[in-house]
Amino acid sequence: MKLKRPISVQVYAWLLLLPALVLMVAFTHYPIVGGFIASFFSTGREGRASKFIGLENYSSMIADPVFWQVLQNNLIYALGVIPISVILAIFMAVCVNGRLPGRSIVRTAYFTPTILPMIAVANIWLFFYTPQIGLLDQIRGLFNIPSHSWLGDTSTALGCMMVLAIWKDAGFFMIFFLAALQGIPPELEEAALIEGAGRWYYFRRVTLPLLMPTMLFVLVNATINSFKLVDHIFILTKGGPDNASSLLLYYIWEVAFGFWDTAYASTLTVVLLVILCLAAITQFRYMEKRVHYQ
Amino acid sequence: MKRFFSGRVLMLCSLAILLLGVAPAQAAVNLNMYYPVAVGGPITKVIDDMIADFEKANPDIKVKAVYAGNYDDTRVKALAALKANQPVQLSVLFSIDVFELIDQGVIVPFDDFATTVEDKKWLASFYPALMANSKAKGKTWGIPFQRSTIVMYHNKDAFKEVGLDPNKPPTTWNEMVAMAQKLTKKDAAGNVSRWGLHIPSTGYAYWMFQALCIQNGEELMNQDGNRTYFDKPAVIEAMQFWRDLAVKHKVMPEGTIDWGTLRQKFLEGATAMMWHTTGNLTAVRDGAKFNFGVSMLPASKRLGSPTGGGNFYIFKSANAEERKAALKFIKFMTEPELTAKWSIATGYTATRADAYETNVLKKYVADFPAAAVARDQFKYAVAEFATHENARNKKFLDDAIQSVLTGNKGAKEALTGAQAQAERVLKGYR
Repeated sequence: MKLKRPISVQVYAWLLLLPALVLMVAFTHYPIVGGFIASFFSTGREGRASKFIGLENYSSMIADPVFWQVLQNNLIYALGVIPISVILAIFMAVCVNGRLPGRSIVRTAYFTPTILPMIAVANIWLFFYTPQIGLLDQIRGLFNIPSHSWLGDTSTALGCMMVLAIWKDAGFFMIFFLAALQGIPPELEEAALIEGAGRWYYFRRVTLPLLMPTMLFVLVNATINSFKLVDHIFILTKGGPDNASSLLLYYIWEVAFGFWDTAYASTLTVVLLVILCLAAITQFRYMEKRVHYQ
Repeated sequence: MKRFFSGRVLMLCSLAILLLGVAPAQAAVNLNMYYPVAVGGPITKVIDDMIADFEKANPDIKVKAVYAGNYDDTRVKALAALKANQPVQLSVLFSIDVFELIDQGVIVPFDDFATTVEDKKWLASFYPALMANSKAKGKTWGIPFQRSTIVMYHNKDAFKEVGLDPNKPPTTWNEMVAMAQKLTKKDAAGNVSRWGLHIPSTGYAYWMFQALCIQNGEELMNQDGNRTYFDKPAVIEAMQFWRDLAVKHKVMPEGTIDWGTLRQKFLEGATAMMWHTTGNLTAVRDGAKFNFGVSMLPASKRLGSPTGGGNFYIFKSANAEERKAALKFIKFMTEPELTAKWSIATGYTATRADAYETNVLKKYVADFPAAAVARDQFKYAVAEFATHENARNKKFLDDAIQSVLTGNKGAKEALTGAQAQAERVLKGYR
């Protein structure tokens, strides 16, 4: 008996895939290809049509000091926010996993930053960071430390952004780790206690490896967020002072919609895409060996 | 059955005729507009009230006004909507975006359709200082709506506290520095609890800088918007003065000072004097728990301030009927009575001299002389920084100013760098 699928079934299958495919192509693949092609043309203006200029956009991007500043900022930002928010999330999850009284209140408290919209959070933190009358400076005043312009100093502006992002995201990641921790059978912990394993040893050799699937998910999410979440910049510093707190996506927005230089913005977008692709490939490759799905 | 059918048809036909006959007479012109708010206070409610009055007086025109953020956000929104062919007929946009809007080919000059003698008189009734940013290439592209100049607010109670005459704010740079030094208060631990002066350097740093340059005798750009003068010696001097306020005279904190929180800082007594837009006047008046005064900015070589604020623009995408309706609306919003009402509610200046002759504004100014300071400064006002590809050049200048104020670059190095960058951009427009 031949088990070849009839054509109608194949057509049926493709039809089922079609809606998702159309959306994917329309909103992901087509813009990527379109942006890539647009980066080889100049921006069209009234009286100056768009024309093919080859790699000129890329060479002016390499010569642009703001681009390098922004790239450096984003890498520091990512390298700071991702590990700290993940470690904090694991720590918080472990804390609220046990049977302490008031556990659900603490969990809610940890999760609250996530449900607040980023713009609202940024406006609140703007006043935290305001010198003299803001919350941080009032606390400093209690200890008689002089006031500091957190957002107005190029050495601390980026750090302020990072603190805000960690504060916002740690609660969100905590939920995932908490769910994974709840899925670890308690017999393992009992067995470890019987064998005389210390808590840190147990955590390092049993809990962490079992958390790896969640860890991969959280790391990918954290990486995406560190490039995608730029809402707070609009409220807090608008990329200043002197581009000290500007991130790549914010710079792309500024160039695309502030200066209407769509060709240069496409060039910057290609760079962002390459970075994210590399990050994704690295993460999946590296974690593949360590992630064991049950 | 035939009878029933024909009766039905007759009814439908008569209904159709009725509708066809009635519909054109009631077709309202729909106008969509975006407008920005860059100052404190319940501005959106004031605008909504003014529009409601207009719609009552003109039932055949419907205006939908959408608050779109600050000037930059509103420009972005309006241009994005126009590029997406969404219906937008007019907007209030930054007066200095005029070159960008012309280059993008989206606005029409008022001279093209405001052609009657009455229209021409109306166009000529606005303050010339405000029209400087509204005219380009000999045509009028914008009508002043929410316009301002920078003024200096000072805390009279603080002045009295340190033995200064609260009714004599500084009129020169040297006076300002001396008074600010007296006003800077330190607490027991040696930390500053009140600064003498704040000049904001985020958001609109170039605007404050332009004031300093004009007071030092230099303009930052030419009338045609295709040349900048960032590296003139007097300009570099003005930048150095701004930096010295923090570093040498120690009357201002180092680093950049936030525009959005400055009003609150002044109201809470964290600074005794501040340079800010007159558009914040009503909000300061409502929130101040102390006596405060408003004065013109101090002079170095001369008095001066750039004008600021937004104009009404009409877009090319509006058809002839919509343009007529938009013109009617703009005329309504800029009538002496209404611009007076707007000025009182916000602190923006009224945009025409005859507004100050209306009873309501005459009384208000007699009661509260601070409201007339920005208008009196028109004598010394210059056009705000406007060039082709303005957003880009503004950013070069803002970045340079911020790099100097945070101590990362020297004034000469930063401004010559910015001038070179602006040159590269503007070369093509000459």
